[in-house]
Amino acid sequence: MTTVLDLPAETGTHVTIRGLDKSFGGAVLYKDFNLDIPKGKIVSIFGPNGCGKSTLINMISGLMSIDAGEILFEGKSLAQTTIGYVFQNYRDALFPWMSAWDNIAYPVKRSGKSKEEVKNRVEELIALFEIKFNLNLYPYELSGGQQQTVSIMRALAMKPEILFLDEPFSALDFEMTLFIRTKLQEANLSTGVTMMIVSHDLEDAVFLADKILLLTRRPTRISEFMSFDMAKPRAPESVSDPEFIKTKSHALEVFQREMRA
Amino acid sequence: MFKNLRLQAFLPIVGPIALLLVWELAITAKWVRPVLLPPPGETLGYLGQSIMSGAIYGDFVATLKRTMYSFFLATVVGVPLGIALGSNEKIYRSVEFLIDFFRSTPSSALIPLFLLIFGITDVNKIAIATFAAVLLIIFNSAYGVMNAKKTRVNAAITMGIPKRFIFKDVLFMESLPQTFVGLRTGVSMALVIVIVAEMFIGSTDGLGHRIIDAQQVFNVKEMYGSILITGALGYGLNLLFLLVEKRIVHWSGKV
Repeated sequence: MTTVLDLPAETGTHVTIRGLDKSFGGAVLYKDFNLDIPKGKIVSIFGPNGCGKSTLINMISGLMSIDAGEILFEGKSLAQTTIGYVFQNYRDALFPWMSAWDNIAYPVKRSGKSKEEVKNRVEELIALFEIKFNLNLYPYELSGGQQQTVSIMRALAMKPEILFLDEPFSALDFEMTLFIRTKLQEANLSTGVTMMIVSHDLEDAVFLADKILLLTRRPTRISEFMSFDMAKPRAPESVSDPEFIKTKSHALEVFQREMRA
Repeated sequence: MFKNLRLQAFLPIVGPIALLLVWELAITAKWVRPVLLPPPGETLGYLGQSIMSGAIYGDFVATLKRTMYSFFLATVVGVPLGIALGSNEKIYRSVEFLIDFFRSTPSSALIPLFLLIFGITDVNKIAIATFAAVLLIIFNSAYGVMNAKKTRVNAAITMGIPKRFIFKDVLFMESLPQTFVGLRTGVSMALVIVIVAEMFIGSTDGLGHRIIDAQQVFNVKEMYGSILITGALGYGLNLLFLLVEKRIVHWSGKV
């Protein structure tokens, strides 16, 4: 099994994954898997169905156990690290018995902060996201896009070092996708939070990414860990930029090669 | 449009009026002997009288008290137990058969058993009604916890919420809509069993006692009147619980 001792992390690495094993009912998903996630960057994860994209972030975020291996956050364990997680299904992730405001405030309240601090933190997030809708409403009274915005705000409330997003756009319409894409980019640039995004839409994956992790079919390996250095912040029009198109088509090429493999 | 809306507001009373008409018709057409079924007007009049004079009051309160005692005990025991069982599926699976078996056994069948234990007492009536209600409450609370949305628990885990708070803030809240279903069916069940117990376990008061007493002496107006009051009590309790439920678990059915 590989460890950080045999394979040290590059400088600027946030998450170090070494010798990761994971099987489901005998079927090997990951075997001696190594990966370095750079700090403060957005990493998009893209790959064929069933290759374990969500499984990967679930293992890193501790929602799923690993069979073997180590996952370190700048040398710290998960328990010593503040994380945030945005789920695909915001309806099932928000707490319907609390108003949207209380949902965002909840993790901060539970961390023992004073009323004043909680209020300030929520105000900061409201300013960052330029919220115009009424946060005193219950989640089920909001539109899908508003609910997902609330769940992203809640995930950022504790000022996480790393934010995981599992297909955050898949239940949203195009307008909301553009809005949330922009807001996630702003959050990353202004706070330096590392982000790992699982996406099944190549455009969404490329748009936000500093790095694009292309995975193979099972047993999952890294097909390519592409860098995408196009200047940030990127605007919605950036998707028509030749540099963007080039990166997207290269990713598509790799993806199709993996599909055929 | 206005007229239409006004007419629609009367829809709920169409059924009751139709019932009264059929009732009246059954008597005028001599389908039923008046000695078995008095006319609706007379019955309702008699009922009104019993209410006005307060004659039925003592029995009503006795039944309501027993039902509430049973319901209270069943809630205090059932909700925490249900939630505890639900959050440990292994323990729930090991007692599931017992809960399902006794939940499916008509509790009235257990009256003789309870008679052996508690004798002909008020405690007996409350005990058996509690027993019937508590199973429904345990079952529903446990399922409420077991069917809690995994995503919400996961969300709380990723926020770093301590386990005891996940239990209190997420699992407990998640179980509430189903718990309320249990409470509502539980209170109805408690009333059913209290009425049966008042009929057959030597009683000196209660609506069940009043109904069976009236039947014994062939006071049919009294009997029907008491049946109607009992029905109104059951209906009222259900309605009350629906209203409370709508206020407290406002998100039920919306997510």
